Amino acid sequence: MALVTTTKGDMDESLLVKQEGTVDNDNELTTWVEYWLDGELVHRSAHVTLKKMPSFAGGEAASF
Amino acid sequence: MANTQSMTTSFMGELLTATHNFGTAPIRAVSTADTFRAALYLVSATINASTTVYSSTGEVTGTGYSAGGIVVTNATPPTATNASATAGVAFFTPSASLTYTSVTLTTAFDAVLIYNASQSNKAVSVHTFGSQTITAGTFTLTMPANTTTTALLRLATT
Repeated sequence: MALVTTTKGDMDESLLVKQEGTVDNDNELTTWVEYWLDGELVHRSAHVTLKKMPSFAGGEAASF
Repeated sequence: MANTQSMTTSFMGELLTATHNFGTAPIRAVSTADTFRAALYLVSATINASTTVYSSTGEVTGTGYSAGGIVVTNATPPTATNASATAGVAFFTPSASLTYTSVTLTTAFDAVLIYNASQSNKAVSVHTFGSQTITAGTFTLTMPANTTTTALLRLATT
């Protein structure tokens, strides 16, 4: 019996409808999980793994 | 042997540890690493390269989340590596994931601001991701590998 933290307190996972998803692109790998109770979202967690960092301009030493 | 023009890689690494000062620098009472924090921002916010300091404007609000975000774990100091006589990279990545535990953030957010809580909350970097909401759950941002090509912060000569 797995318990899920929800807006209504900890609940047995078997009482809930579970939905999961993944987003995988150049910028991130994201997984998320949702638990629904009678059409109401009672839990949502997300895990984002960053892949692509901001570009920092290359440094140079000036020529004379 | 030959001489080769370049900004030195060691200099770039030392920029990440506040070794050099060409202007007016804050007085540091200690030589230990600063405390950095990570704050989440709503999709409707405007934080970008022009952001100079942390602000609560546009920051997420919700159960379990405190304004200012969470402390960034900083157990691994910056690294500076030469790739050639002209190219080098200085880089840094937080040593642990950013984890916001037991939060409810019902308004969509898509960015995190890393800022220096030890230096008047001055901004460091902005990182974006797909829009998220969290309901009675956990939001985790896992850092990229701490390498010359993927680290969270990189300064490079080419």
